[in-house]
Amino acid sequence: MEWLRLEQWSPYAVGIAIGVLSWFTFLLSDKALGASTAYVRTSGMIARLAGGSKVHLNPYYRKFVPEIDWEWMLVLGIVVGAFISARLSGTFETRWVPALWAGTFGDAVGLRVATAFVGGIFMGFGARWAGGCTSGHGISGAMQLTVVSWVTAVVFFLGGIAAAKLLFRVIGG
Amino acid sequence: MLTNVHRKKGLQLVLGFAAGILFGFLLQKGGVTRYDVIVGQLLLEDFTVLKIMLAAVATGMLGVHALHSLKLAQLHPKPGSWTTAVGGGLLFGIGFAVLGYCPGTLAGAIGNGYLDAATGGLAGVLVGVGLFAAVYGRIEKTVLAKGDLKEMTLPRLLKVGTWAAVLPAAGLIVFVLWLMERNGL
Repeated sequence: MEWLRLEQWSPYAVGIAIGVLSWFTFLLSDKALGASTAYVRTSGMIARLAGGSKVHLNPYYRKFVPEIDWEWMLVLGIVVGAFISARLSGTFETRWVPALWAGTFGDAVGLRVATAFVGGIFMGFGARWAGGCTSGHGISGAMQLTVVSWVTAVVFFLGGIAAAKLLFRVIGG
Repeated sequence: MLTNVHRKKGLQLVLGFAAGILFGFLLQKGGVTRYDVIVGQLLLEDFTVLKIMLAAVATGMLGVHALHSLKLAQLHPKPGSWTTAVGGGLLFGIGFAVLGYCPGTLAGAIGNGYLDAATGGLAGVLVGVGLFAAVYGRIEKTVLAKGDLKEMTLPRLLKVGTWAAVLPAAGLIVFVLWLMERNGL
């Protein structure tokens, strides 16, 4: 079982396995892989815990009721699966600042966390405006040959490439 | 279809969790729980993300449409419009680059021990989706609906049979991956 301890697998092996995994989610659960609605449900749960008595009246939380569902468990499973893989391959590390970021912007924790926060807001809002993320549109929608998913996935990357180049080649220069 | 399995709520939560563990394991083994790999893709210096996604799409496409042809699964094409694709897509893209993880790989990054993902990243995404929930009621029937693409799929758009679209599309993806390898990407 040495292959389970390898640090990295071929991207093709990983991609094919994710594709096969999606066959099983369609067959056994009538679901496509996706991640972003789990965050919607979680935000509703937090709003409710924080005393938001009108959460159940919000039309978006009526659509995505703040409760634990299949996709919520999927996202929780991702955390656990990544942890198991990282531990098996010895690549688990608690780290605040990624190397690539530190190389351009330095290793200050506050700056990196604040930037991640701002980026997260854009990504969360954008994912729900787009109706899906890199998994929901980029993998699941694309494999079903959905036109809007292909267009959306291309825009994800065009926007991402432009923003990354601006951040690292112009601002970080 | 296995509708009796689909209806068992508790079992479905377990299946979702199991699928997530496999998905997270694969994402970590693929290296895409790492900020450097994701941002490396967006800087066009490391093509791991695209290779994984395209291989998953081609593989998934064949099996999912086969299951559909055998009446063992139904498809779930997402609805959307030009405004959701371009507006939402661009905001997502900016966030993708600035955060350096996407919603699925953010969860994977947390499992991998990355604390920027577990703190600022997770909090930001929750705030972002919460803001969207706050404005959704006001834009649902106006902004979001402009240029509706319905749940249009490629076979319906081209007015061809499912397999007449699936096989060339899968072949094209394999060809693109081959071209990428050939050019040293």
